[in-house]
Amino acid sequence: MYKNILILALLVGLGILLSTAITDREENTSLPELPAYYADNTAKEVGAANMVTAVIVTYRGFDTLGEVTILFVSAALIAMFLKTGNRRKNRNPRPSSVILSTAQKLLFPLIILFGAYVFANGHLTPGGGFQGGAIIATAFLLWLMANPEGEMRHGILSSLEAFSGTFYVIIGVVGVILGVGFLNNSILPLGELGRLFSAGAIPVIYSLIGLKVGAELSNILHHLNEVQNEE
Amino acid sequence: MEQYLTLQNIGIATGFALILIGLYGGLTNKNILRIIVSFTIFNSGLNIVIVALAYLKGRVAPIIDDTTGLDNLSQKFVDPVPQALVLTAIVIGLGVTGVMLAYALKMYQNKQTLNINDFKETKW
Repeated sequence: MYKNILILALLVGLGILLSTAITDREENTSLPELPAYYADNTAKEVGAANMVTAVIVTYRGFDTLGEVTILFVSAALIAMFLKTGNRRKNRNPRPSSVILSTAQKLLFPLIILFGAYVFANGHLTPGGGFQGGAIIATAFLLWLMANPEGEMRHGILSSLEAFSGTFYVIIGVVGVILGVGFLNNSILPLGELGRLFSAGAIPVIYSLIGLKVGAELSNILHHLNEVQNEE
Repeated sequence: MEQYLTLQNIGIATGFALILIGLYGGLTNKNILRIIVSFTIFNSGLNIVIVALAYLKGRVAPIIDDTTGLDNLSQKFVDPVPQALVLTAIVIGLGVTGVMLAYALKMYQNKQTLNINDFKETKW
């Protein structure tokens, strides 16, 4: 009982503390120096219409490489935790309904296509590699729901992931060799602002990230499903 | 009261509410899966607060198109950097959630229970 009172007191205190952030905050009216620089110079320096993408892939490209590495490490950790061996028992789950399996056949390619659209247009519209990769993983989730006993081909996903990760780093190193800087997008011509083939290497990098994230998340889902089958 | 009812404050208040809900859920629930769900709610609240703080009144999302033109963009756009940071935070939150879920599965396989009170080995 006294525990609940303590929790309540903690939450009320924290709430009061946080509410001062609303009442005492001064309204900002202009951008700080660095974002103002990004806003004014993205169009001619990077050539990407979507400024968030320009910040993520080019200005802070090294951070994004670290982020992709973190995602890779967590996928590897999950694969290590949930290593199954080949002792599958028959779980005999209820077969999925006709509606689900038919809809899955129709929707699977469409969702993959939409994910590819989102990551290929990351430099023009809201979206990008991580979002597109997550959308692709939802297609695999749908597939797993329709075929709970299904065997996914680990090899293809893993090699896709390895290929895109390696190529991402190679693109970065090419920038160093050409003397423009690690992960700089101007190793390819910048092109005309707002076109699909513009912004230099950004579409290439974001497509690689999209493939990598999609393969990684699908692998995670598959591992979680496999452990369920084992029980 | 009226002067606090701006779009930005509503966003920030929503984020704070989610943070408090997540904290409450994490402190009161005994089931490990529910604690993980509470963590993700907490995480979403933090992300909403960061994005809402970067909002500037009367400005648009930082994407160049025909309506924004190319001149004087730093007077027209909201801050793109916190949005980029939140994108990073979302992806890392996803990775952390995945690892937590895998760990919870492993714990369930060992003891056939998800009640946090049954795991006393590391308690002192």
